[in-house]
Amino acid sequence: MKDVIIIGGGVIGCGIARELARYQANVLLLERGNDVSVGTSKANSGIVHGGYDAKPGTLKAKYNVMGNAMFDELSRELDFPFRRNGSIVLCFDESQIGGLDELLNRGITNGVKGMYIVKGSDEIKKLEPYVSDKAVAALVVPSGGIVSPYEMTVAYAENAAVNGVEFRFLSEVTSVINDGNGFTVTCADGYSERAKVVINAAGVYADVINNMVCGEKLRITARKGDYVLMDKTCGYLADHTMFQLPTKMGKGVLVTPTTHGNILVGPTATDVEDKDDVNTTAAELNDAFAKASLTVPTLARRNIITQFSGLRAHLDGDDFVVGESSVNGFYNVAGIESPGLSCAPAIAVDIAQSVAGKLALKQKLHFESKRKGIPQFSKLSNTEREKLIDQNPLYGKIVCRCEVVTEGEIVDSIRRPVGAKDLDGVKRRTRAGMGRCQAGFCTPRIMEIIARELGCDMADVTKRGGESQVVKGRTK
Amino acid sequence: MIKVNLVIVGGGPAGLAAAKSAYDAGERDILILEREAELGGILNQCIHNGFGLHTFKEELTGPEYAARYVDEVTKRNITYKLNATVIDVSCDKTVTYVSAEDGLVQVQAKAIILSCGCRERPRGAINIAGMRGAGVFSAGTAQKLVNIDGYLPGKEVVILGSGDIGLIMARRMTFEGAHVSAVVELMPYSSGLNRNIVQCLNDFGIPLYFSHTVVDIKGRDRVEGVVIAQVDDKLQPIKETERLIACDTLLLSVGLLPENELAKNAEVQLSPTTGGAVVDENLMTNVDGVFECGNVLHVHDLVDFVSAESENAGKCAVDYINGAAPCRDKTVISCTNGVRYCVPTVLNRDETYAPQSFKMRVANVFKKVELAVFADGVKVFGRKRPVVAPGEMENIMLTAEQMKTLKQAKTVEITLIKGEQQ
Repeated sequence: MKDVIIIGGGVIGCGIARELARYQANVLLLERGNDVSVGTSKANSGIVHGGYDAKPGTLKAKYNVMGNAMFDELSRELDFPFRRNGSIVLCFDESQIGGLDELLNRGITNGVKGMYIVKGSDEIKKLEPYVSDKAVAALVVPSGGIVSPYEMTVAYAENAAVNGVEFRFLSEVTSVINDGNGFTVTCADGYSERAKVVINAAGVYADVINNMVCGEKLRITARKGDYVLMDKTCGYLADHTMFQLPTKMGKGVLVTPTTHGNILVGPTATDVEDKDDVNTTAAELNDAFAKASLTVPTLARRNIITQFSGLRAHLDGDDFVVGESSVNGFYNVAGIESPGLSCAPAIAVDIAQSVAGKLALKQKLHFESKRKGIPQFSKLSNTEREKLIDQNPLYGKIVCRCEVVTEGEIVDSIRRPVGAKDLDGVKRRTRAGMGRCQAGFCTPRIMEIIARELGCDMADVTKRGGESQVVKGRTK
Repeated sequence: MIKVNLVIVGGGPAGLAAAKSAYDAGERDILILEREAELGGILNQCIHNGFGLHTFKEELTGPEYAARYVDEVTKRNITYKLNATVIDVSCDKTVTYVSAEDGLVQVQAKAIILSCGCRERPRGAINIAGMRGAGVFSAGTAQKLVNIDGYLPGKEVVILGSGDIGLIMARRMTFEGAHVSAVVELMPYSSGLNRNIVQCLNDFGIPLYFSHTVVDIKGRDRVEGVVIAQVDDKLQPIKETERLIACDTLLLSVGLLPENELAKNAEVQLSPTTGGAVVDENLMTNVDGVFECGNVLHVHDLVDFVSAESENAGKCAVDYINGAAPCRDKTVISCTNGVRYCVPTVLNRDETYAPQSFKMRVANVFKKVELAVFADGVKVFGRKRPVVAPGEMENIMLTAEQMKTLKQAKTVEITLIKGEQQ
């Protein structure tokens, strides 16, 4: 019998796992995919929002402002990429400047600090030289930031694992039965485990899990957003995260730098029936790009390196559902759409404290709160590089030439706790294959390394688990 | 910091030929840096034949062709490092490389030849919508998996783009028991060599659809099919012509891009048309002592031409090391009327007049044209061609006498004279 089972290995599930790992408890995390961060957490804008957008009094507003303030320390402790680059909301129409005041006031009510409005193209261009001449005013939110969402999730997971949380993958939960003394959680592969507390952090499937247990049904709509990722060579085009003031024509798209120096454009918003539908469409990609060109007219299609889409879990009712449900011991963290990533650190602490109180958990005597990330060769000085290669010659073998990722980093990403098992897992942890050639050169080499490290044949190596084997066997 | 006269970045066909000719021009202090475990570059995975007809007057496979040059290099005892990746080239000609064996090494060079080849245009760069499961490969990646690693990327294959590697892989996958149901080309003509269409598609009954493209990719974990559609004159897909082809693999052969990230670090000026450096007839870039040759300069069809170009770069680099002063007075060659680009890009207005080759590509398929070179509006050279196509590089040779006229002219133009204009 476990004390706690967490369903879902996204940023929420992994965040809660890490915060619960502070206590003396048996915690198991079940994840449907082959890795952590394979759903919404891997494909989103990577924005730490200021907190001016959510309606005052909502959980979104509360957790956003709380969560935002936690990122500096958390990113240092867990060593994941985060930068407080500041957000700006652009207004393109004199008659709508009132909309910025509204956001400013809402932000003040929500407790967002340091915001101000600038007017006139010249003033805006002092902040963002490549912004469109058509921008007439902007709300500046200095507390806005950017984060690498999958690296944050991996960091949470690794730190949780080091502190004793158990992870089980390819574990799609098919039933949760409450017998009054706890819960029996069963997976598609027949695996079954009991727990005193179940935490539902199942992302777009959180309604399905909730509805297995609770009388109060939830309904989550998967809202798909397509993104376009641009080459680092045009990274200079944006420093702040630039939003467009929502108008009756729609919500607009953002143009933001990523923590790694690319430019990200998107998302679109399309409700989809299938909760696994991450199909990008030409129409949406064109739409996202056209809207982004309103913000930065010089964005050039030839600098696009890839497209992707992600699903946001939109709950009927518009706000998050966070906390213990009407069923004793069953916790929901549901409907975590934007600004969910910004809220994750605050939600994780809240839920962990609540569960600890419920189960009267004691703090661990030795909780390792720090996690050191994989040394990133590309970011080191030449002296540091020399030292690293000297210690481990694998750091002298560059595998991904576009992002300058070494074999040392790839091996490390596989051998770590909750390590990578497939190409996408290596990619998210090291950036190998994320550059402008999009894994053209390094795919065979990384397959070889994965096969060697996991003791399997290259033919068994997958892109992301399941039936995603990269090759179809040996040649004749 | 170690000092070397000539550093050659890349030990593929371009780097090897440059090293050989630099040595033969008298230079002994040469270092070739190669990131792979063997010399020879991409030729090592090109196990088909058809290489060397111009250079050796016989038909060789890629590895055989490479071996000839590797022999020349080893015979001359030219130093090379394997598994050594150059991570930076600066405009003061410091080359930084890393290898497991040597760690991080900085080399101060007198001259540098960049011969680091090109990369394939990936899916993202051409905006194909759809799912992102396994089974989408660039043709060269598939070629490496099959020919070097011994794995079959897929069994039911569609190929987008009719570049040479895609055509070669259509045949190669067929040999390995895969079924290639279609090669789909956006343009109304092929970007590959005609001989490859004949030998790799026609001989195997593989259909080639011109003016078609892939508009969607199906399949969650693995490709399960692609939707192809015909395109209109503006290259936009025509909805009514969409049809699904079931397949487990999509190979992309949609263009090669010179890999010039190192050149950019060194502040080398690049041509937006070729993606390679702007070079003079000595293959020197705007940065004194930094040269480019081979596919990093512009994408070639035939390795034979890479070798010839690179031998020239090797010799010119040695001239530079030996004190030949760079000429500051240059004429930009203007390419007009369907000529897309020309290498060299600029000519030095100096007084050295040697026979010179000009390589160029045209922007479209043109029939019955004359490829002509004008100096100050006067035709210096003309060659009639029954047909020219973007997929086939044109290579013309001008005499020392003609070069003298060109170098003394204020304007130099390379153009196509079409139809009645002739």
